[in-house]
Amino acid sequence: MIGLPHYLLLGSFLFCIGVFGVLTRRNAIAVLMSIELMLNAVNINLVAANKFAAADAVTGQLLAVFVIVVAAAEIAVGLALIISIFRQRKSVELNDFNLLKW
Amino acid sequence: MFNISAFSLYDAVFIVIAGVTLLAALGVVLFPNIIYSALSLILTFLGVAAIFFQLNSGFLGVIQILVYAGAISVLILFAVMLLMNTEPGRTNLPTTRLKTLFAGGGITAMLLTALIAAIGFTKWTEFDLPGVDNSVGMLAEAMMGDYIIAFEAAAIMLLTAVVGAILIAKGVQEK
Repeated sequence: MIGLPHYLLLGSFLFCIGVFGVLTRRNAIAVLMSIELMLNAVNINLVAANKFAAADAVTGQLLAVFVIVVAAAEIAVGLALIISIFRQRKSVELNDFNLLKW
Repeated sequence: MFNISAFSLYDAVFIVIAGVTLLAALGVVLFPNIIYSALSLILTFLGVAAIFFQLNSGFLGVIQILVYAGAISVLILFAVMLLMNTEPGRTNLPTTRLKTLFAGGGITAMLLTALIAAIGFTKWTEFDLPGVDNSVGMLAEAMMGDYIIAFEAAAIMLLTAVVGAILIAKGVQEK
C-alpha cells in the first residue's frame, strides 16, 4: 500500500518544516538546523525514487551521498562563520548580522 | 480507497517512523530552547536513517547515522554550547516581526499545498522492478567508475571546506 507517493509526501512535509524554520527563526544556528532538515527531505525523495522507479540502478543513492558530503561541508563552514561573527557582535541573532549594511 | 486488509507490517513501520520523524522535525523548529532543538534534530536524523534502511539502502542509512547523527549533530551541539549568552529558554525564539512570521507561514503553506497537489494529481504507475542484491558493491563501482570525477571533486571540496572552516573560526590576525 505504501508506495512512492507516501515517501514523497513525507519528504514534502519535512522540507516545508525546514522552510518554515528558515523563514521564521531568529537564531542563526536554528536556521542552519532547518537547512539540514531540508537537505534530509531531498535525500528521502532521491532514495525513494531510486527504489521505486529504478531499482536496478544506484544513481539516486549516489546523488544522496554527494548531498550528504555537501551538507557536511556547508554545516562546517556555516558554523565557523557564525562563531566568527559572534566574536564581533556577541550575538547569534540574525537581526544583528548587519555587518555588510551601512 | 482505504483497505484495511492491504495494510501490512511494512506500512505500519513506515507510518510509525514517518510520524516520529515529522514530530521531531516540528520540535526542531518549535522548541524555544535550542538545546532541545538540537537533540530533536538528532532524532530526526535517526528517523531518516530508518527510512533509508526501510528503502533497502543500508549503506546510506549507515552513512546517515555516522555523518549526520554522529558528526554534524556533535558539531551543532558544540556551537550551541559555545555561543549561548542568554538564558536557555529564550535561545530559539521566532522572529519578533509579526509580518515576517505571517509571510513565512503563508509561503510554507503555499509550498506545501503545491507539493501535495502535485503529488496527488500525478498518475503514478506501479513499477515492479526486482531490487539489486549487492547495492553497496554497485555503489562502489559507480563511485569509482563512471562518477570518479565527481568523487574526487567532492573530496577536494571537503578538504577546502575543512581548511576554510578552521581559518574562518580561528580568525586572521592582521599585522
